[in-house]
Amino acid sequence: MTMSADEMHDGHTAGPNPSPRIVMMGLRRGGKSSICQVMFHNMQPLDTLYIESTTAPTTSVFSSFIDFAVMELPGQINFTEAMIDAERIFSTCGALIYVIDSQDEYINSLANLHSIILHAVNANPNINIEVFIHKVDGLSEDFRLDAQRDITQRVTDELLDDGLVNVSISFHLTSIFDHSIYEAFSRVVQKLIPQLATLENLLNVLCQHSGIDKAFLFDIGSKIFVATDSSPMDIPTYEICTDFIDITVDMNNLYAVDRRPKTATRTDANTITGRADSSSNGVKPIPQGRPIGSTSRLSNGVILYLQQMVKGLALVCLMRKESMPKIALVEYNIEFFRDALEQLWLIG
Amino acid sequence: MAGSARRKLLLMGRSGSGKSSMRSIIFSNYSAFDTRRLGATIDVEHSHLRFLGNMTLNLWDCGGQDAYMDNYFSTQRDNIFRMVEALIFVFDVESKELRKDIETFVLCLRNLYEFSPTAKIFALVHKMDLVVVEKRQDVYRALMKSLEDTSAMFSFKVQGFATTIWDESLYKAWSSIVCTLIPNVTVFQRHLQTFADISEADEVILFEKTTFLVISHVTNVPSPGFRSDSTRFEKISNIIKQYKQSCSKLRAQFQSLSLRGSDCTAYLDTMTANTMIMVIMSNKTDSRGSTDLLGNSEANAEGDDSFAGEAENNIILANIKIARKMFEKIEMMNPDER
Repeated sequence: MTMSADEMHDGHTAGPNPSPRIVMMGLRRGGKSSICQVMFHNMQPLDTLYIESTTAPTTSVFSSFIDFAVMELPGQINFTEAMIDAERIFSTCGALIYVIDSQDEYINSLANLHSIILHAVNANPNINIEVFIHKVDGLSEDFRLDAQRDITQRVTDELLDDGLVNVSISFHLTSIFDHSIYEAFSRVVQKLIPQLATLENLLNVLCQHSGIDKAFLFDIGSKIFVATDSSPMDIPTYEICTDFIDITVDMNNLYAVDRRPKTATRTDANTITGRADSSSNGVKPIPQGRPIGSTSRLSNGVILYLQQMVKGLALVCLMRKESMPKIALVEYNIEFFRDALEQLWLIG
Repeated sequence: MAGSARRKLLLMGRSGSGKSSMRSIIFSNYSAFDTRRLGATIDVEHSHLRFLGNMTLNLWDCGGQDAYMDNYFSTQRDNIFRMVEALIFVFDVESKELRKDIETFVLCLRNLYEFSPTAKIFALVHKMDLVVVEKRQDVYRALMKSLEDTSAMFSFKVQGFATTIWDESLYKAWSSIVCTLIPNVTVFQRHLQTFADISEADEVILFEKTTFLVISHVTNVPSPGFRSDSTRFEKISNIIKQYKQSCSKLRAQFQSLSLRGSDCTAYLDTMTANTMIMVIMSNKTDSRGSTDLLGNSEANAEGDDSFAGEAENNIILANIKIARKMFEKIEMMNPDER
């Protein structure tokens, strides 16, 4: 329903498949399935060791503020022979994520990547190529940057040789063991949101007029951030914001009325349940009922503020404690921001 | 502080059973993941932990390798087992030599019987996550049964817990252990009840600040809205502990948290220098909010809510402020003089 509204809003997103699609590729054992499991099924990063190798293309549909589908192609299949419908896949997808295992020899990956880019760009000149230099948790800080530089250099050189200069290609250093994968995925998804500029603008206005240092618009379920204001962002800030969402949702779920239909009876409270309940059954339930919010004060004078917005989105802000006496005004402004968001998604 | 009460806790169990891991998680803010870095404990590691105003926990983390163990029961015997307030014996649920573990346990009891007959005995059946869910209860019961049988002859009463570092069960066990060592825990309980009544709170929980173990809790309204989750206190401990860790990335500590949840409002604030209090209020206007889903009428309802919420917020914070002095006094009460 939403996307049809969007399409009316700006006609150029038209295509046979209404939801923007992300295709994920890479050589086998590169970490594609792990990324999908950790991002969209709340799997613990350590448990991804036990994932079986993917043998057939799998699609996980993901819907919240925006519907999109991540299609994962197994690395084993020989791209040029087996996939006759490559044209069709590329022409409907918005972004191509190519996962490179940085702990392995990546020369083979690069050749594979190059041929895929040629195909993809041929089928869809507007496609965003996103290269995830993955598993960097095993590399030292210096070596990560070296690897990124080396890979960037090689890929762009080869593309230049072929005379392809207008390819939109970006490189991300990622690991499922920290927040980098969320950040990288956020960047990928952001490029597919037509309203991004408007959202950023709204956040900028909100920050300027409410004494907010930094504001993020998060998707609660996946912890992807949809937009942020234009002030510089550092990783610790982003990490604490995602953690803040986690604890807010977890705490709320402890005391929330269970509105979901009763499924299985809970195990006896004395027995030990496996890992944390919520992680075992997939994505965390998005709170129903009254929109949740929370405020937390830190000892260094920072205030964390969270307010649930429309469509499973949450606004997370960092403020100084000086703004605290005027919190009512800030909340008043945030109400306007929420109205703006509602209008943005109801246009048409 | 001269009058501070020292409590000697012995932490024992075979090597690799997870003694140091649990100690690091509870008292040193490690995450379960971080404990992989821990090496074997050499001999006895002493840690002195301030707990509340007037209590020091002397935790004796006893390395579990056989060579050390033999020492404990021979040359170091009276050093180790004298003046023990509590013995925490950790059983590895996957242990291949369970019989030997139980023998060691009995040996501990025998020595305690001789040197500190008033000691409290706790048995933690650890690494429960390695057992399949359906079997956990049985495994735990079977082990506890044999422990109770053996300990009966020393007239000790064993309190058992099934634990794992991967969920909140560890907090449950340690909260219970620590609570039995706090002499004025009933005084806390009484005053917390009064506080809850005056504030018309649904639930009030008192935590120790650094470990986030539950000291005392009061539930006034077990309203149907509450998930009847009896492990919720430990879960809160666990969640807040994680939050504390992520705050430390910004080189800060968190001071307070207020949650405007979908069905309740929760406040977590500093009570005294060593405790934090959490107050949970249900939403009085809940029935209306959850039923109407129309955009515009909800906007109105929200306006009212936020106004009422503001007032409630201030009342609770004021209550906490007033109660602070009282709780500081309770905390400083010298247990030995009572």
